Amino acid sequence: MWKTVLRRILIMIPQLIILSILVFFLAKMMPGDPFTGMINPNSDPKTIAHLKQEYGLNDPVWVQYGRWVGNLFHGDLGQSYIQKVPVASLIWDRAVNTFWLSLVTVIITYAIAIPLGITAGRHQDQWQDQSIQIFNYITLATPAFVFYILGLYIFGFVLGWFPVSGSVSDTASEFFGILGSRLYHIILPAILCALITTTATVQYLRTGIVDNKVEDYVRTARSKGVPDKVVFNKHILRNSMLPIAAFLGTTITGLLSGSMIIETVFSYPGMGKLFLDSIGQRDYTTLTALIMIFGILTLLGNLISDIVMSIVDPRIRVQ
Amino acid sequence: MDKQTDVLLDIEHLHTAYRLQGKFYDAADDINLRLKRDEILAIVGESGSGKSTIASSIIGLYDQKNTRVTGDILYNELNLVGLNDKLFNQIRGKRIGMIFQDPLASLNPLMRVGDQVAETLYYHTDMDEKQRHDRVIELFNQVGMPRPEEMYSMYPHELSGGLRQRVVIAIAIACKPEIIIADEPTTALDVTIQAQILDLLKEIQKETHSGIILITHDLGVVAETADQVAVMYAGQIVEKADVKTIFSNPLHPYTRSLLHSMPQTDSNDEELHVIQGTVPSLKNMPRSGDRFAARIPWIPASAHEDNPRIHEVEPNHFVRCTCWQGFHFEDEK
Repeated sequence: MWKTVLRRILIMIPQLIILSILVFFLAKMMPGDPFTGMINPNSDPKTIAHLKQEYGLNDPVWVQYGRWVGNLFHGDLGQSYIQKVPVASLIWDRAVNTFWLSLVTVIITYAIAIPLGITAGRHQDQWQDQSIQIFNYITLATPAFVFYILGLYIFGFVLGWFPVSGSVSDTASEFFGILGSRLYHIILPAILCALITTTATVQYLRTGIVDNKVEDYVRTARSKGVPDKVVFNKHILRNSMLPIAAFLGTTITGLLSGSMIIETVFSYPGMGKLFLDSIGQRDYTTLTALIMIFGILTLLGNLISDIVMSIVDPRIRVQ
Repeated sequence: MDKQTDVLLDIEHLHTAYRLQGKFYDAADDINLRLKRDEILAIVGESGSGKSTIASSIIGLYDQKNTRVTGDILYNELNLVGLNDKLFNQIRGKRIGMIFQDPLASLNPLMRVGDQVAETLYYHTDMDEKQRHDRVIELFNQVGMPRPEEMYSMYPHELSGGLRQRVVIAIAIACKPEIIIADEPTTALDVTIQAQILDLLKEIQKETHSGIILITHDLGVVAETADQVAVMYAGQIVEKADVKTIFSNPLHPYTRSLLHSMPQTDSNDEELHVIQGTVPSLKNMPRSGDRFAARIPWIPASAHEDNPRIHEVEPNHFVRCTCWQGFHFEDEK
């Protein structure tokens, strides 16, 4: 078990190095240099040349790369050109916001998808299954931004049940408290987002159950005289949950990457919106930092998935 | 011992029909079989002859919506046909054990093999966890598994095919059932392992005095293990006798063709005999006349009965139809 984890972590090292090289050179290739927008364009070229020398921009590329990586290790992601604050602090606030929104979204997604998937699989081709299939087609076919804007319009503006933007009220009153206000801002986007992301989980679970129901080992279990209910919960369901366990890692790290569309529609200050805004404002330092972070999160997600899979599926474990 | 109690299972006029596109077709047609204690009854036939259908009918594991079972399967005066699931679950695993064909697919990949055996004991005995564990070790010893303590915590994928089948057998015999149904138990195994597993089955039967229904397409397996043999073709039993009679004096053309198709070591013939044609599919099965007639076309129609019945041609030797009387391989060409 620990060997598997160690092996996977070792594999991650070259992946991380390649990722960092890619990100660094992509940033280098972008137009402009770190002084663009930071100093008076009418400055003496000599001063600029002096500054370049001072900040090491005339050093060989690999020295610059080494310095950048070294700074990364110290948590120094650079300075945002636009916001004039350290990128690290900029990202930290957004990451916290995104984490809460995504956590609630994921909980609601599973709370909807797992019962639906089980019902559909158990009552394959009956009316329950067919209704859930229709629901699935709708959630799959509806464009996310249309669905979000519609939800925002109806429940935010027309009915006025939920706030339409932000992550926490400025005047977080005693009535709600800050935590309550946060949750109040999160609940509508989370429900909308969850409704539309259930499709894959429902479908994987349904297919898993339908496939596993006719497996030989299920027949063996029934031939042992195990009651149908136990056969379903202990044998069929556990095997059908495997594909969902495989997604768990990426789902967890997805919590931090956020959703660009939902955050933008609800003007929710999270990582996704920050990413889109940074593109719009050509905020390169923030962008490269974000891409690096998303990349690391993806790798971490795969690692967590592998670990989870090796816990639940003995066939995955490396000897 | 009283003669009557020797009969473990009495199958009478069993019809099992599957629904295909809204219509029911008999996959097992008027089956009459009797399984006695201390006896291995082999059911032989090609794929699609209905032999596995009989097995699933006995143990009550079939798609309830698309299967229609009629007739009687009497076990101790209890009719298993139409028995409700709750009662059936007290019989499955406890009174009737089942061994399946593919030992990898028949085990849950996520459960330790020892736990899969212990699960049977959990539902049919009062044993506590420790006792169940000890019984599993005992069973593993009985089915000839090396290092049983270690094997207990193995997962199916870590075991070889032969060992997996031993686990499946351990599951089937865990509660010392009176009846064991083995559905092609050696088909998925290496030839060397096949012999070991068959020996094991015979050994277990001697120890437990159970009756075994052995379903197979392999006449070699039949010759080696069976006491009684029923030969099936297209859903019907065409010949039924003890194993000696089947091999020394086969009568029905189908039985004779099957035996004739077996490679002989003592003959110099390079070519194997092939039975013309194929087994009809369930939908296209002829419902009147001799179902094997199409595959022995040189036999005149008049030789067959209009509605072939099973005849007892000598004591305990049953043959369907009368066409066997004029059947000779030499006439084929």
